[in-house]
Amino acid sequence: MTTFRFAVNVLPRDGILDPQGRAVEQSLGHLDVRGVSGVRVGRRIELTVEAADETAARSTVERLAAELFSNPLIEQAAIETLGGASSAIAAGDGP
Amino acid sequence: MTARVGVVVFPGSNRDIDAVNALELAGAEPVRLWHEEASLGGVSAVILPGGFAYGDYLRAGVIARFSPVMRAVSAFAADGGLVLGICNGFQVLAEAGLVPGVLMRNPGLRFVAREISIVPERLDSPFTHLLDDRRPLRVPVAHGEGRFYAEAATLDALERDGQVLFRYAREDGSVAGGEEDRANPNGSVRAIAGVANATGNVAGLMPHPETAVEAILGSDDGLGIIRSLVESAGEAAAGGHRPASRAPVAAVGR
Repeated sequence: MTTFRFAVNVLPRDGILDPQGRAVEQSLGHLDVRGVSGVRVGRRIELTVEAADETAARSTVERLAAELFSNPLIEQAAIETLGGASSAIAAGDGP
Repeated sequence: MTARVGVVVFPGSNRDIDAVNALELAGAEPVRLWHEEASLGGVSAVILPGGFAYGDYLRAGVIARFSPVMRAVSAFAADGGLVLGICNGFQVLAEAGLVPGVLMRNPGLRFVAREISIVPERLDSPFTHLLDDRRPLRVPVAHGEGRFYAEAATLDALERDGQVLFRYAREDGSVAGGEEDRANPNGSVRAIAGVANATGNVAGLMPHPETAVEAILGSDDGLGIIRSLVESAGEAAAGGHRPASRAPVAAVGR
Protein backbone atom coordinates (compact mmCIF):
# COMPACT_ATOMS: atom_id res chain seq x y z
CA MET A 1 0.00 0.00 0.00
CA THR A 2 1.06 3.54 -0.63
CA THR A 3 0.13 6.71 1.21
CA PHE A 4 -1.02 9.87 -0.47
CA ARG A 5 -1.27 13.32 1.08
CA PHE A 6 -4.17 15.61 0.21
CA ALA A 7 -5.62 18.93 1.20
CA VAL A 8 -9.28 19.80 0.96
CA ASN A 9 -10.08 23.50 0.73
CA VAL A 10 -13.63 24.34 1.77
CA LEU A 11 -15.15 27.74 1.01
CA PRO A 12 -18.66 29.19 1.13
CA ARG A 13 -20.36 28.70 -2.22
CA ASP A 14 -20.51 31.75 -4.49
CA GLY A 15 -23.46 33.92 -3.60
CA ILE A 16 -23.80 32.47 -0.10
CA LEU A 17 -23.57 35.02 2.70
CA ASP A 18 -20.19 34.69 4.41
CA PRO A 19 -20.34 36.66 7.66
CA GLN A 20 -16.72 35.80 8.53
CA GLY A 21 -15.49 37.08 5.19
CA ARG A 22 -17.57 40.20 5.61
CA ALA A 23 -16.17 40.83 9.09
CA VAL A 24 -12.60 40.38 7.88
CA GLU A 25 -13.22 42.72 4.97
CA GLN A 26 -14.70 45.35 7.26
CA SER A 27 -11.63 45.17 9.49
CA LEU A 28 -9.27 46.05 6.63
CA GLY A 29 -9.92 49.75 7.08
CA HIS A 30 -8.45 49.50 10.59
CA LEU A 31 -5.18 48.42 8.99
CA ASP A 32 -5.34 51.32 6.54
CA VAL A 33 -5.60 48.82 3.72
CA ARG A 34 -7.63 49.92 0.72
CA GLY A 35 -8.67 48.23 -2.49
CA VAL A 36 -9.20 44.72 -1.10
CA SER A 37 -12.52 42.99 -1.75
CA GLY A 38 -14.09 39.58 -2.21
CA VAL A 39 -12.78 38.13 1.06
CA ARG A 40 -14.06 34.61 1.70
CA VAL A 41 -13.23 32.61 4.81
CA GLY A 42 -13.20 28.83 4.74
CA ARG A 43 -11.21 25.98 6.15
CA ARG A 44 -8.50 23.62 4.97
CA ILE A 45 -8.22 19.99 5.96
CA GLU A 46 -5.05 18.00 5.27
CA LEU A 47 -4.99 14.23 5.42
CA THR A 48 -3.00 11.16 4.50
CA VAL A 49 -4.77 8.28 2.78
CA GLU A 50 -3.43 4.77 2.42
CA ALA A 51 -4.60 3.11 -0.79
CA ALA A 52 -3.53 0.91 -3.68
CA ASP A 53 -3.17 3.85 -6.04
CA GLU A 54 -3.84 7.55 -6.30
CA THR A 55 -7.23 7.07 -7.98
CA ALA A 56 -8.48 4.99 -5.07
CA ALA A 57 -7.05 7.43 -2.55
CA ARG A 58 -8.64 10.36 -4.32
CA SER A 59 -12.03 8.72 -4.40
CA THR A 60 -11.90 8.32 -0.61
CA VAL A 61 -11.04 12.01 -0.27
CA GLU A 62 -13.85 12.97 -2.66
CA ARG A 63 -16.36 11.10 -0.53
CA LEU A 64 -15.09 12.69 2.69
CA ALA A 65 -15.07 16.13 1.08
CA ALA A 66 -18.72 15.82 0.06
CA GLU A 67 -20.11 14.05 3.12
CA LEU A 68 -18.04 15.27 6.04
CA PHE A 69 -15.73 18.19 5.29
CA SER A 70 -18.29 20.34 3.48
CA ASN A 71 -22.02 20.82 3.32
CA PRO A 72 -22.71 21.03 -0.44
CA LEU A 73 -25.83 23.14 0.24
CA ILE A 74 -23.66 26.08 1.26
CA GLU A 75 -20.03 25.14 0.66
CA GLN A 76 -17.74 24.08 -2.15
CA ALA A 77 -14.75 21.81 -1.65
CA ALA A 78 -11.62 21.64 -3.81
CA ILE A 79 -9.17 18.77 -3.50
CA GLU A 80 -5.45 19.37 -3.82
CA THR A 81 -2.71 16.74 -4.03
CA LEU A 82 0.20 17.44 -1.72
CA GLY A 83 3.80 16.32 -2.06
CA GLY A 84 4.64 12.96 -3.52
CA ALA A 85 3.33 9.55 -2.70
CA SER A 86 5.34 7.58 -0.19
CA SER A 87 5.39 3.88 0.52
CA ALA A 88 3.99 3.00 3.90
CA ILE A 89 6.20 0.98 6.18
CA ALA A 90 4.02 -1.45 8.08
CA ALA A 91 4.65 -1.79 11.79
CA GLY A 92 7.14 -4.53 12.49
CA ASP A 93 8.77 -4.35 9.07
CA GLY A 94 12.50 -4.14 9.38
CA PRO A 95 15.20 -3.53 6.84
CA MET B 1 -49.89 5.25 29.52
CA THR B 2 -46.70 7.12 30.17
CA ALA B 3 -44.78 7.77 27.01
CA ARG B 4 -41.09 6.88 27.08
CA VAL B 5 -39.17 9.58 25.25
CA GLY B 6 -35.47 9.28 24.48
CA VAL B 7 -33.06 12.17 24.97
CA VAL B 8 -29.84 11.62 23.02
CA VAL B 9 -26.68 12.64 24.86
CA PHE B 10 -23.68 13.49 22.69
CA PRO B 11 -20.34 14.53 24.16
CA GLY B 12 -20.96 18.27 24.48
CA SER B 13 -24.74 18.13 24.82
CA ASN B 14 -25.81 20.40 27.66
CA ARG B 15 -29.55 21.01 27.28
CA ASP B 16 -30.30 17.33 27.77
CA ILE B 17 -30.91 18.21 31.43
CA ASP B 18 -33.56 20.73 30.39
CA ALA B 19 -35.12 18.27 27.95
CA VAL B 20 -35.37 15.62 30.68
CA ASN B 21 -36.90 18.17 33.06
CA ALA B 22 -39.43 19.33 30.46
CA LEU B 23 -40.42 15.77 29.58
CA GLU B 24 -41.03 14.98 33.25
CA LEU B 25 -43.16 18.10 33.61
CA ALA B 26 -45.12 17.00 30.54
CA GLY B 27 -45.78 13.61 32.09
CA ALA B 28 -43.35 11.50 30.07
CA GLU B 29 -40.66 9.10 31.18
CA PRO B 30 -37.37 10.45 29.82
CA VAL B 31 -34.76 7.90 28.74
CA ARG B 32 -31.19 9.11 28.19
CA LEU B 33 -29.59 7.58 25.10
CA TRP B 34 -25.79 7.72 24.90
CA HIS B 35 -24.42 8.58 21.46
CA GLU B 36 -22.58 5.26 21.15
CA GLU B 37 -25.76 3.22 21.60
CA ALA B 38 -27.01 1.61 18.42
CA SER B 39 -30.51 1.02 19.82
CA LEU B 40 -33.18 3.44 21.01
CA GLY B 41 -34.45 0.99 23.62
CA GLY B 42 -38.04 1.02 22.44
CA VAL B 43 -38.81 4.69 23.10
CA SER B 44 -41.79 6.19 21.29
CA ALA B 45 -40.15 9.54 20.48
CA VAL B 46 -36.67 11.04 20.51
CA ILE B 47 -35.35 14.50 21.38
CA LEU B 48 -31.95 15.62 20.11
CA PRO B 49 -31.10 18.29 22.67
CA GLY B 50 -29.15 21.51 22.52
CA GLY B 51 -25.48 21.94 23.27
CA PHE B 52 -22.25 21.66 21.36
CA ALA B 53 -22.04 18.04 20.25
CA TYR B 54 -18.40 17.10 19.63
CA GLY B 55 -17.46 20.70 20.32
CA ASP B 56 -19.18 21.80 17.08
CA TYR B 57 -15.87 20.93 15.43
CA LEU B 58 -15.77 21.07 11.63
CA ARG B 59 -19.41 22.24 11.43
CA ALA B 60 -22.09 22.20 14.08
CA GLY B 61 -23.81 18.82 14.07
CA VAL B 62 -21.76 17.09 11.40
CA ILE B 63 -19.67 14.77 13.57
CA ALA B 64 -22.71 13.85 15.68
CA ARG B 65 -24.51 12.96 12.51
CA PHE B 66 -22.22 9.97 11.99
CA SER B 67 -22.50 8.61 15.54
CA PRO B 68 -24.03 5.12 16.07
CA VAL B 69 -27.15 6.47 17.75
CA MET B 70 -27.94 8.60 14.68
CA ARG B 71 -28.15 5.47 12.54
CA ALA B 72 -30.85 4.25 14.90
CA VAL B 73 -32.55 7.66 14.89
CA SER B 74 -32.56 7.72 11.07
CA ALA B 75 -34.14 4.26 10.91
CA PHE B 76 -36.68 5.26 13.59
CA ALA B 77 -37.54 8.42 11.64
CA ALA B 78 -37.87 6.50 8.36
CA ASP B 79 -40.36 4.24 10.11
CA GLY B 80 -42.49 7.25 11.09
CA GLY B 81 -41.04 7.72 14.59
CA LEU B 82 -41.27 11.17 16.15
CA VAL B 83 -38.01 13.09 16.38
CA LEU B 84 -37.56 16.65 17.64
CA GLY B 85 -34.18 18.34 17.30
CA ILE B 86 -33.72 21.48 19.36
CA CYS B 87 -30.97 24.01 18.55
CA ASN B 88 -27.83 21.85 18.23
CA GLY B 89 -30.22 18.92 17.72
CA PHE B 90 -31.72 20.82 14.78
CA GLN B 91 -28.20 21.28 13.39
CA VAL B 92 -27.60 17.52 13.69
CA LEU B 93 -30.90 16.74 11.90
CA ALA B 94 -30.12 19.21 9.13
CA GLU B 95 -26.62 17.80 8.63
CA ALA B 96 -28.12 14.30 8.53
CA GLY B 97 -30.60 15.43 5.88
CA LEU B 98 -33.52 14.40 8.11
CA VAL B 99 -34.96 17.91 7.90
CA PRO B 100 -34.48 20.35 5.02
CA GLY B 101 -32.14 23.33 5.00
CA VAL B 102 -29.02 24.25 6.87
CA LEU B 103 -28.16 26.37 9.91
CA MET B 104 -25.51 28.93 9.07
CA ARG B 105 -23.41 31.23 11.21
CA ASN B 106 -25.38 34.18 12.52
CA PRO B 107 -24.84 37.45 10.66
CA GLY B 108 -22.55 39.69 12.65
CA LEU B 109 -20.94 36.52 14.06
CA ARG B 110 -22.83 37.07 17.30
CA PHE B 111 -23.78 34.30 19.66
CA VAL B 112 -27.37 35.26 20.41
CA ALA B 113 -28.79 34.34 23.82
CA ARG B 114 -32.05 36.04 24.71
CA GLU B 115 -35.78 35.56 24.81
CA ILE B 116 -37.60 35.95 21.50
CA SER B 117 -41.07 35.29 20.12
CA ILE B 118 -42.14 32.62 17.67
CA VAL B 119 -45.50 31.89 16.12
CA PRO B 120 -46.62 28.42 15.11
CA GLU B 121 -47.41 28.11 11.44
CA ARG B 122 -49.43 24.95 11.99
CA LEU B 123 -51.59 23.78 14.86
CA ASP B 124 -52.10 20.27 13.51
CA SER B 125 -48.60 18.79 13.72
CA PRO B 126 -47.50 16.20 16.31
CA PHE B 127 -45.34 18.97 17.82
CA THR B 128 -47.94 21.74 18.00
CA HIS B 129 -51.42 20.24 18.22
CA LEU B 130 -51.90 21.20 21.89
CA LEU B 131 -51.17 24.88 21.21
CA ASP B 132 -54.47 26.75 21.43
CA ASP B 133 -53.93 29.37 18.80
CA ARG B 134 -51.28 31.26 16.88
CA ARG B 135 -50.50 33.48 19.87
CA PRO B 136 -46.74 34.22 19.92
CA LEU B 137 -44.72 32.07 22.30
CA ARG B 138 -41.89 33.56 24.38
CA VAL B 139 -38.93 31.18 24.30
CA PRO B 140 -35.16 31.67 24.53
CA VAL B 141 -32.59 31.25 21.78
CA ALA B 142 -28.92 30.52 22.49
CA HIS B 143 -26.81 29.85 19.43
CA GLY B 144 -24.05 31.12 17.17
CA GLU B 145 -25.13 29.20 14.08
CA GLY B 146 -28.87 29.47 13.76
CA ARG B 147 -29.49 31.24 10.51
CA PHE B 148 -31.87 28.93 8.68
CA TYR B 149 -31.06 28.88 5.00
CA ALA B 150 -32.34 27.04 1.95
CA GLU B 151 -32.55 28.01 -1.69
CA ALA B 152 -35.63 29.93 -2.80
CA ALA B 153 -37.13 26.97 -4.67
CA THR B 154 -36.74 24.78 -1.57
CA LEU B 155 -38.32 27.48 0.61
CA ASP B 156 -41.27 27.78 -1.76
CA ALA B 157 -41.76 24.00 -1.61
CA LEU B 158 -41.53 23.96 2.19
CA GLU B 159 -44.18 26.65 2.44
CA ARG B 160 -46.41 24.99 -0.15
CA ASP B 161 -46.17 21.61 1.61
CA GLY B 162 -46.76 22.98 5.10
CA GLN B 163 -43.30 22.08 6.38
CA VAL B 164 -42.68 25.40 8.10
CA LEU B 165 -43.66 24.86 11.75
CA PHE B 166 -42.56 28.11 13.40
CA ARG B 167 -41.43 31.58 12.40
CA TYR B 168 -39.75 34.28 14.44
CA ALA B 169 -42.24 36.98 15.29
CA ARG B 170 -42.57 40.38 16.87
CA GLU B 171 -44.31 40.53 20.22
CA ASP B 172 -47.58 41.44 18.51
CA GLY B 173 -47.44 38.14 16.64
CA SER B 174 -46.58 39.54 13.22
CA VAL B 175 -43.87 37.57 11.38
CA ALA B 176 -40.38 39.05 11.79
CA GLY B 177 -38.49 40.63 8.91
CA GLY B 178 -34.92 39.99 7.80
CA GLU B 179 -31.64 40.25 9.67
CA GLU B 180 -32.16 43.97 10.33
CA ASP B 181 -35.27 43.13 12.38
CA ARG B 182 -34.34 42.41 15.99
CA ALA B 183 -37.31 40.03 16.19
CA ASN B 184 -35.41 37.75 13.80
CA PRO B 185 -32.44 36.92 16.07
CA ASN B 186 -30.23 35.30 13.44
CA GLY B 187 -31.38 36.54 10.05
CA SER B 188 -33.11 33.28 9.16
CA VAL B 189 -34.57 33.39 5.66
CA ARG B 190 -38.31 34.05 5.71
CA ALA B 191 -37.93 34.18 9.53
CA ILE B 192 -38.10 30.39 9.71
CA ALA B 193 -37.46 29.09 13.23
CA GLY B 194 -38.65 25.50 12.84
CA VAL B 195 -39.29 23.06 10.01
CA ALA B 196 -40.54 19.51 9.57
CA ASN B 197 -39.61 16.80 7.11
CA ALA B 198 -41.97 15.91 4.26
CA THR B 199 -43.80 13.27 6.29
CA GLY B 200 -44.21 15.56 9.29
CA ASN B 201 -42.71 13.23 11.93
CA VAL B 202 -39.28 14.86 12.22
CA ALA B 203 -38.96 18.49 13.30
CA GLY B 204 -36.11 20.88 13.96
CA LEU B 205 -36.51 23.98 16.09
CA MET B 206 -33.82 26.58 16.78
CA PRO B 207 -35.31 28.17 19.94
CA HIS B 208 -35.56 26.28 23.23
CA PRO B 209 -39.11 25.35 24.26
CA GLU B 210 -37.66 22.92 26.82
CA THR B 211 -36.17 25.73 28.89
CA ALA B 212 -39.41 27.74 28.93
CA VAL B 213 -41.59 25.28 30.81
CA GLU B 214 -42.19 26.92 34.21
CA ALA B 215 -43.29 30.43 35.11
CA ILE B 216 -40.33 30.71 37.49
CA LEU B 217 -38.03 30.38 34.45
CA GLY B 218 -39.61 33.48 32.93
CA SER B 219 -41.96 31.69 30.55
CA ASP B 220 -43.84 28.43 30.34
CA ASP B 221 -44.81 28.98 26.71
CA GLY B 222 -42.62 26.10 25.56
CA LEU B 223 -44.52 23.48 27.52
CA GLY B 224 -47.28 23.24 24.91
CA ILE B 225 -44.74 22.05 22.36
CA ILE B 226 -43.26 19.44 24.71
CA ARG B 227 -46.74 18.29 25.80
CA SER B 228 -47.77 17.95 22.13
CA LEU B 229 -44.74 15.75 21.48
CA VAL B 230 -45.40 13.65 24.59
CA GLU B 231 -49.08 13.13 23.77
CA SER B 232 -48.22 12.21 20.16
CA ALA B 233 -45.58 9.78 21.47
CA GLY B 234 -48.18 8.23 23.79
CA GLU B 235 -50.54 7.73 20.86
CA ALA B 236 -47.77 6.15 18.81
CA ALA B 237 -46.87 3.82 21.71
CA ALA B 238 -50.52 2.83 22.14
CA GLY B 239 -50.58 1.84 18.47
CA GLY B 240 -53.10 4.51 17.66
CA HIS B 241 -52.94 6.45 14.46
CA ARG B 242 -49.37 6.99 13.41
CA PRO B 243 -48.26 10.46 14.42
CA ALA B 244 -47.21 11.31 10.91
CA SER B 245 -50.79 10.86 9.73
CA ARG B 246 -51.55 14.27 11.17
CA ALA B 247 -49.47 15.80 8.43
CA PRO B 248 -49.24 16.98 5.82
CA VAL B 249 -52.54 18.76 5.53
CA ALA B 250 -53.35 22.28 4.46
CA ALA B 251 -51.07 24.78 6.13
CA VAL B 252 -52.48 27.41 8.41
CA GLY B 253 -52.44 30.73 6.57
CA ARG B 254 -49.76 33.19 7.46
